[in-house]
Amino acid sequence: MAPVVSVENLRVRFTTPDATVNAVNGVSFDLEPGRVLGILGESGSGKSVTLRALIGLLPPRRSHVEGRITVAGHDITAMSEAQLREVRGTKIAMIFQEPMTALDPVFTIGEQIAETIVRHEGVSHADAWRRALELLEIVQIPSAARRLKNYPHEMSGGMRQRAMIALALSCRPSVLLADEPTTALDVTVQIQIIVLLRQLQQELGMAVVFVTHDVGVAAEVADGIAVMYAGRFVETGPADTVIRTPAHPYTAGLLASTVLGAAQGQRLEAIPGAPPDMTLLPPGCSFAPRCRFAEARCSLDLPPEIALAPDHMVRCLRVAAGEITVAAPTLAKQAV
Amino acid sequence: MTALLSVEGLTKHFPVRGGLLNRAKAVVQAVDDVSFEVAVGETLGIVGESGCGKSTTARLLMHLVPLDRGTIAFDGKSIGAREDLSHRDLHRQMQMVFQDSYASLNPRLPVSMSIAFGPLVHGVAKPAALARAMDLLQAVGLDPLLFANRYPHELSGGQRQRINVARALALEPRLVILDEAVSALDKSIEAQVLNLLIDLKEGFDLTYVFISHDLNVVRFISDRVMVMYLGKVVELGPVGQIYRDPKHPYTKALLGAMPSMDPRRRTKEAPLSGDPPNPINPPSGCRFRTRCQFAEAVCAAVPPTLATDGDGRAVACHMLMPGSGHSLA
Repeated sequence: MAPVVSVENLRVRFTTPDATVNAVNGVSFDLEPGRVLGILGESGSGKSVTLRALIGLLPPRRSHVEGRITVAGHDITAMSEAQLREVRGTKIAMIFQEPMTALDPVFTIGEQIAETIVRHEGVSHADAWRRALELLEIVQIPSAARRLKNYPHEMSGGMRQRAMIALALSCRPSVLLADEPTTALDVTVQIQIIVLLRQLQQELGMAVVFVTHDVGVAAEVADGIAVMYAGRFVETGPADTVIRTPAHPYTAGLLASTVLGAAQGQRLEAIPGAPPDMTLLPPGCSFAPRCRFAEARCSLDLPPEIALAPDHMVRCLRVAAGEITVAAPTLAKQAV
Repeated sequence: MTALLSVEGLTKHFPVRGGLLNRAKAVVQAVDDVSFEVAVGETLGIVGESGCGKSTTARLLMHLVPLDRGTIAFDGKSIGAREDLSHRDLHRQMQMVFQDSYASLNPRLPVSMSIAFGPLVHGVAKPAALARAMDLLQAVGLDPLLFANRYPHELSGGQRQRINVARALALEPRLVILDEAVSALDKSIEAQVLNLLIDLKEGFDLTYVFISHDLNVVRFISDRVMVMYLGKVVELGPVGQIYRDPKHPYTKALLGAMPSMDPRRRTKEAPLSGDPPNPINPPSGCRFRTRCQFAEAVCAAVPPTLATDGDGRAVACHMLMPGSGHSLA
């Protein structure tokens, strides 16, 4: 199937008078319609910047974007702001971590959704309002008719997140970008939003790029996982493969750090050190300074993407050479 | 088991003011009749969702906010009106680490001075206090030569949290309250700080009260766990028992809501619907009843009491109290 999102060698730099931050350093991936890609990484790994580049949200004067981004047949990098406005919402939409800052505080939820529909589809306000009501029902907001007239501050966190999802889906986009949409929520609400997103994604056949720092959330939503470190994908593969049999030392370290099945009170196998300074990246493998398997050659050249299986890619010289295998994590769903 | 800290009937209601004369319109029942003990050398984990009162509990323990009712005894000495133990003495024995590592450090002090500040206030001579700060920097894994004269903005989040831990230890406390102390850190850094906390606990003979919303972390670090919901304790017991065999419907739902970590066994259905209710005017009777699938008339009428079984586990649920009037009791 032809990919609905195609990214080729994406690079994003932010320049300030003092320094240049190399936020994304050569990311390539294809996403087929109806599939969910989970981008897993820690803060500063470039996962949110990648997402913003996909929808053309990076500030044009301060950021420098290279590479090709094609979304639903549109070349995002070549489009003007006016052209982007036509594509946003109808082809590609985004949901954010903080609905309170993503929604407009001075308009009701209903007005915000109806405005979007009128703007993109040219229907009457009454029709748009009816669609807005339908959308709130789709995202399972109780007493939807009353909630349409609520301002964002009148809703709870979980409800606002549902309203933002309704807004994003209002013009039936073929690609949904989700930037940590469950991170700010309580755990019992988080799982509701995850289950809802998964259900909507399947019903509407959307492609989703889901950014998260939480391995558990990625395991719940993603078909494929890309592990991001210092602006590069260091490992990509089916969710099951990446979580059960990680190949890259960083992926394994990240899984070990999530205190899964770790014996109570015993030391964790933590990754030493801190993420690299994105203004001054090492020439070789960015993870080498923290990697316990690193050798001299790891710091010389950037490891190429190596396919371990047709759908499992890793960027590590030593894994590619078959010299190391990292330990698979113990998976233990808490007995309930 | 000797109790280092025992808390009895802890209650804090915050008035919500507003209107013409700024009168109290409602109260937030942040913490309501909470009792527990922390044994010497153990780690008590407190879990719950936002608004459950876990952070207010921590602040009450530290006397950062005055309590409405209840007693707190530290090492057998009560802290209160006619105190056995003054607040000054209490703070020598009990220290706290907060979630926001940046906001809890003075931006104008080099970190060694931040660490030495407590001992200086408590009358330790400056050279001795600074020497101790150097030792503590070493103990939390930061090279004193490199870090002593840095300011908070020059450090990463993980390093700042190490400084906060060092500062908490500067007065040689016996109990440290960690309020979401690792929650703002990235996973790889979180694991490092958790390892540090385990090492320090052993090295300095500490007792921890560990507050977090992260159920994995609490399971990892705690000996016993206390589950709170809207200002009440719903379940309290040894960590293994709680995670293996939760009794309270809320504890079950909370654990069932954790992401599965296994793409082959995804969560099919969310165990609870809706958000936690507002702690202003919480539901009558059992506060969980509005989201509980087993709720019956008795749950709205009578608040369940925390009843202890033989194994050191306590649960507040009518279903587990014979004769409560609940059909499943």
